[in-house]
Amino acid sequence: MCKMQESASTMVEGYLSLENIILRSIEEEHDELSCPQKEETSCSEKEELIDIATLVQSNCSKVPYYDLHIIYSASYRVPVLFFRAYYGDGEPLGFNEIEKDLPAHSAKALLDSKWMFITQEEHPYLNRPWFKLHPCGTSEWMKLLFHVDVSVAKNGVTVELYLLSWLSVVGQVVGLRIPLEMLNQQ
Amino acid sequence: MMEARKYVWEGAIPLQIHLHESEVTTLPPPLPALILAPRIGYLPLLVPHIKPHFSSTLPPGIDTVWFDYKGLPLKWYIPTGILFDLLCAEPERPWNLTVHFRGYPGNILIPCEGEDSVKWSFINSLKEAAYIINGNCKSVMNMSQPDQVELWRSVINAGNLEAYIRVSSKLKLGTVGDEYAADLYSSSLNSRQSIGDTDSTGQVKTGKCFTLLDAVKSLLPEYFPYKSLNNEESSREEDKDEEKVPSENLSEHVESCYSSDDAEVKLVRIQGIEPKLEIPFSWVVNNLVNPEHFLHLCVCLKLPQVKIPSDT
Repeated sequence: MCKMQESASTMVEGYLSLENIILRSIEEEHDELSCPQKEETSCSEKEELIDIATLVQSNCSKVPYYDLHIIYSASYRVPVLFFRAYYGDGEPLGFNEIEKDLPAHSAKALLDSKWMFITQEEHPYLNRPWFKLHPCGTSEWMKLLFHVDVSVAKNGVTVELYLLSWLSVVGQVVGLRIPLEMLNQQ
Repeated sequence: MMEARKYVWEGAIPLQIHLHESEVTTLPPPLPALILAPRIGYLPLLVPHIKPHFSSTLPPGIDTVWFDYKGLPLKWYIPTGILFDLLCAEPERPWNLTVHFRGYPGNILIPCEGEDSVKWSFINSLKEAAYIINGNCKSVMNMSQPDQVELWRSVINAGNLEAYIRVSSKLKLGTVGDEYAADLYSSSLNSRQSIGDTDSTGQVKTGKCFTLLDAVKSLLPEYFPYKSLNNEESSREEDKDEEKVPSENLSEHVESCYSSDDAEVKLVRIQGIEPKLEIPFSWVVNNLVNPEHFLHLCVCLKLPQVKIPSDT
């Protein structure tokens, strides 16, 4: 879902959001998973529309739901992931609980590598505390990702492909997997 | 130039801090604490000076300190002077704030664990400024430990501008040259490029000085219609949220929650000063910039009177 925000500048600013999703199934709490409950479709032009199929679990308020927002950082000129988590009853997860909920292997590797930091910062549009994946180094590893592709070197890369590639790395920290089919579509 | 900067650096705001009534457990209730808060400092840094005043009356528990102004929880990572300039269109002296030691509103404010949180936020902002100006954070990240300590000390002991300049000059964040060509600026803005990598003192094309007004116009074009700035009727004044302008770059961080139709700029306040809009922007940047290398512009807007249609 794209959320557009009326802003004082002549350009309209917005962000991409994916909300109320369950990133891990109840049985497999410690393995990395894709999201069986989530469907994605893409639309034309610049924005991606992601349809969300939410799974309501009435007997399990201990499964965390995630809201993920992709916001462009004008200072660092890269996308940044803002996220928050809460239980079915609305109770928010603190940093320690989120850390425990993150998929063990990939999250730990990425965080230890110092490519990524998770901090608690104010959401630039919603003015509330959210968790943010620190962007320092994003442009470097994004260059590495595209380095091997000759056609990219010649023609550049579309916003959709950039975001998908970016999300394929960053999403691993929270356990979001991009299906290969999406990447092959480009 | 040093004199102006020193004057600003040493600026302070008299605060009258009241303990929130829900946390007063003794009678008579304690008198408010009076404290002079450095403009370039941050509210959490005042807590060691405030707490002794109230500690005997606080209920049992762990301290989680936060401040509010007329019920509005204050963002602790914004320098005190800027909070004051933004929230008090008519400066209030002393500025009456309420302190809380319990019940931190974690759904509204990001957590603050005292001086360390403030220092982290400061260094982070400095990195951001460095990134915008130089395209990387290296100079900040490669600061030696003693330099980091000295830099931070010079900020919290707001008197020590010399120490600050000594350390911060190593960061190569530059000062802004005296003359700018308006062309150079506007073309840079249109292409949204950082001008940190162009020579800031060279290439004067028209010889015309880039003024504060030029800067504000380029950041907020929607508030400068072709008609004249004054002579508009107004019944309401709103404080616009601050804009941060890193030295040498005009990237825009603007928050606005209402439409900009017919709203106009009433005044621009920087470090508590309302500079004449004709003065060179370079002077503003070099003298009024905050220690984390951002220039904070507090803009007050004049909104037109809303005419309510009547039935006749």
